[in-house]
Amino acid sequence: MGLKTFKGGVHPYEGKELAKDSPIEEVLPKGELVFPMSQHIGAPANPIVAVGDKVKKGQKIAEAGGFVSSPIYSSVSGTVTKIEPRRVAVGDMVQSIVIESDDEFTEVEYQAVDDVTKLSRDEIIKRVSEAGVVGLGGAGFPTHVKLSPKEPDKIEYIIANCAECEPYLTADYRRMKENANELVEGMKIILQLFKNAKGVFGIENNKPDCIEKLKELTKDEPRMEVCELMTKYPQGGERQLIYAVTGRAINSKMLPADAGCIVDNVETIISVYYAVKKGIPVMKRVSTVTGDAIVHPSNFLYSIGTPYWQLVEAANGFKVEPEKIISGGPMMGFSMFSLDIPTTKTSSSILCFGKDAVAEVGDPIACINCGRCVEACPENLIPSRLAKFGATGRMEEFEQWGGLECIECGSCSYVCPSRRHVAQAVKTMKKQVLAEKRKSK
Amino acid sequence: MSENYQISSSPHVRAKDSTGRVMLYVIIALLPASLFGIYNFGIRALLLILITVASCVAFEWIFDKIVHKKNTISDMSAVVTGLLLALNFPVSLPWWEAIMGAAFAIIIVKMLFGGLGQNFMNPALGGRCFLLIAFAADMTNYNVIKNGVEAYTGATPLALIRNEGLSAVNVMDMLLGKTAGTIGETSVIAVLIGAILLILFGVIDLKIPGAYIITFAVFMFLFGAERFDTTYVVAQLCGGGLMLGAFFMATDYVTSPITPMGKIVFGICCGLLTGLFRCFGANAEGVSFAIILSNLLVPIIEKWTVPRAFGVVKVKEAKKQ
Repeated sequence: MGLKTFKGGVHPYEGKELAKDSPIEEVLPKGELVFPMSQHIGAPANPIVAVGDKVKKGQKIAEAGGFVSSPIYSSVSGTVTKIEPRRVAVGDMVQSIVIESDDEFTEVEYQAVDDVTKLSRDEIIKRVSEAGVVGLGGAGFPTHVKLSPKEPDKIEYIIANCAECEPYLTADYRRMKENANELVEGMKIILQLFKNAKGVFGIENNKPDCIEKLKELTKDEPRMEVCELMTKYPQGGERQLIYAVTGRAINSKMLPADAGCIVDNVETIISVYYAVKKGIPVMKRVSTVTGDAIVHPSNFLYSIGTPYWQLVEAANGFKVEPEKIISGGPMMGFSMFSLDIPTTKTSSSILCFGKDAVAEVGDPIACINCGRCVEACPENLIPSRLAKFGATGRMEEFEQWGGLECIECGSCSYVCPSRRHVAQAVKTMKKQVLAEKRKSK
Repeated sequence: MSENYQISSSPHVRAKDSTGRVMLYVIIALLPASLFGIYNFGIRALLLILITVASCVAFEWIFDKIVHKKNTISDMSAVVTGLLLALNFPVSLPWWEAIMGAAFAIIIVKMLFGGLGQNFMNPALGGRCFLLIAFAADMTNYNVIKNGVEAYTGATPLALIRNEGLSAVNVMDMLLGKTAGTIGETSVIAVLIGAILLILFGVIDLKIPGAYIITFAVFMFLFGAERFDTTYVVAQLCGGGLMLGAFFMATDYVTSPITPMGKIVFGICCGLLTGLFRCFGANAEGVSFAIILSNLLVPIIEKWTVPRAFGVVKVKEAKKQ
C-alpha cells in the first residue's frame, strides 16, 4: 500500500541527523528576558505589570487583547525593568515587557485538576485560553479559538501534526520520543471536547521509532490512531496534512473545521495537557538549535523570552562563524541579522549555517518555463507565472491563476533551476492583493 | 557575536539542479542521434554540427555585446539550439547557409524577443523553416556521397512512400536509420535512446510526446494514404523528423505550455497538424511547421488550461451544494 501523502512537494536534504540523537536538555536563562506582546496571530496582549514590579515565574504579565489573542506569562522571577518596543525574529519592532531575572525562579502555585474527565467543555477551553496556548509550530494561532468551532459535533478528526516536515528540525521528534505520554493525554483532553471526533497522529515515516511508540501507547485507545505519512515537504502543511489523513481538500477561504478537522502540532498538544491537567501556562518550550556552524546541535527545553544567543551558547557556540541564522525551518523560517533577539512561543528552532546556501548558488537567470515549480507546488498552482504577474503588478491575473491559494511553502523557489525567487515574488504579490482587497472593503 | 548575518526571504535552501545542467542533459541526450548521423553521413556531418553550434554561440555572444546585455552563453541554451538545428540539416547543406540558419535562429527568433525564455517559437525550428523557404532546393537535397560512392540517392522514406507506395521502403532500415534524411532524424532507435535519457534525467515527461505521437498515429490510421494499415502507420511514425520533433523540439520548455493539461492539448495540436501536412500538404514532411504553428497557440492553450488550485471546487459544483 502506498503511504498517504499529497500531490506535489519536494525532498530537500533532511539534515535531521545533526540533532536527532540529542535528548531534550533544560537550559536556564540568565539576565534579561524579553516578552513581546505579539507572539500569536490576533490582537496583541496588553501588559498588566508596570516598570519596577516584582514578578514570579508563572505569573501573568499581559492579558489577551480580545477573543483572538492570548495572554503572556513570565518564565522567570525578577523585576520588570522596561516596557518598550523590541526587535523580534521576523524583523518587526514589537512592544515588549523586559524582565531582569533574579535567578531564583520563584514560582506561583498552579491550579492542577485531579480528574480531567469531570471538567466541562467551557472549563477546558477556558483553561487552554487562560494558559496562553497558541499554535506552537510557528503560526501562533490561539488554540482556544481553534477548539471553539461553530458546530463542535461536526468535527470528525483531531489531527496531531507530528509530520515535522521542515528539514533540520528535531524538536517534535524528541518530544514524541520522550514525552509521548503527555502527547496522548493532551489528545485525550481535546477529544473530550468533540464527541464525534477521532484523534489521528499524522507522522512522517522517517520517524519509525515514534510511530512504534505512539502505536503502542494508543493500542487501547479506540478513538485514536496513528497515520503513517510519506516523508515529503510540506507534509506538515495544514491543508496537505488534512488531505493526506482524510482525503478532504480545503482552500484558502476555508477553515480546517469546514472539512471536519482540527489540526494542532505536537508541542501545542503537550501544552494543552499541561494547561488543562496541571494549570501550567505556556512559558517553556522545546526548540532545536542546529546547523553546520553549531558545535553541539541540541534540543533544548528553555524559558520563552530567553534571547537566542543564550541557546547558541548552551549548544557550545559556533565552530565556524555563521553566514546565516534562521529562526524556524530552512523552507519557511525567517533569517535574522542578529542573535540578540528574544525567543517567543512560536520559536521552533534556530539554524546556524556556515554558508548561505541561497547566496552560494548565484544570481537568478531567465525562467525557461521548465515547469519544475508546477510539479513541486502542493497547491496545484503555476508558480512561475504567478511570480511574473507579481513582478509586473498584474493583480487581476494573479487572482485568476489562483495566486491567493499559495501557502508560501517555498517549494517552487527550492526547485527552480534558474534560482529565481519565485516564492518570494508570489508572497509579496499575495500581500499586496490582500491589502488592496481590505482597502476596497 | 556578529550583528551582520545575511538576510533573505525564505526558503533558505536550494535544490542542486541548474538551468545549465538541464541544457547539458539535453545535449547528452542528443548525442546518440548526432553520433549515428556522423556514422551514417560521414565526417561532413560532424563539421556541419560543429560549425552550426559554434555560429549559434557566437551570434548570441555578439548580440549580447552589441546591445550591452550580460553575456548569456554560459546557460548553454545556444549550444542546444545549434545542435538541434544541425541535426535538421541535410548533410550536403552549404556552410554559409548553415551559418545563416544559425543567425536567423539566434538573432531573429531568440534574442530579438528577449533571449532565453522569451522566444515564442522554437529557435532551431524557426531557423530550419527559414532555410526551407529560402533555400528549398539545398534543404531538400538528400543525395549523399560518402567516400566517393553514392550512399543514398535523393528521396527520403516519406517521399518514397508518397510517390511509390509503402513497398518502396523497409521499416527495419528506418528504425535503424540507414536511410536518406537530415543528419539527426534518420535513426529512430538513436532518437529513442536519447528520449529515454531525457526522461530518466527528469528533463521531460511523456505528456507532450505521448499526446503528439498517439494523435498522429490515430490520424494517419484514419486518414492516411493507406487507411487502416498498421505498417503504413509505423512507417509514418519512423519517417522524417517525427520522433526527433516529438521528443526534442515539441518538448522545448520555453515554447510549450507550462500547464499539465496544456501540454497534452499542445501535443494533440502538433499531432493533428503533422498528420494534416503529411496527408494533404505539398510536402511529404510536416513536423517542423506543425510544431512552430503549435508554438503560436501556446498562450491561448495556457489560458484555457489553468489548473484548479488544490481544494478549490468548480464554480458550477459549488453552486449546486
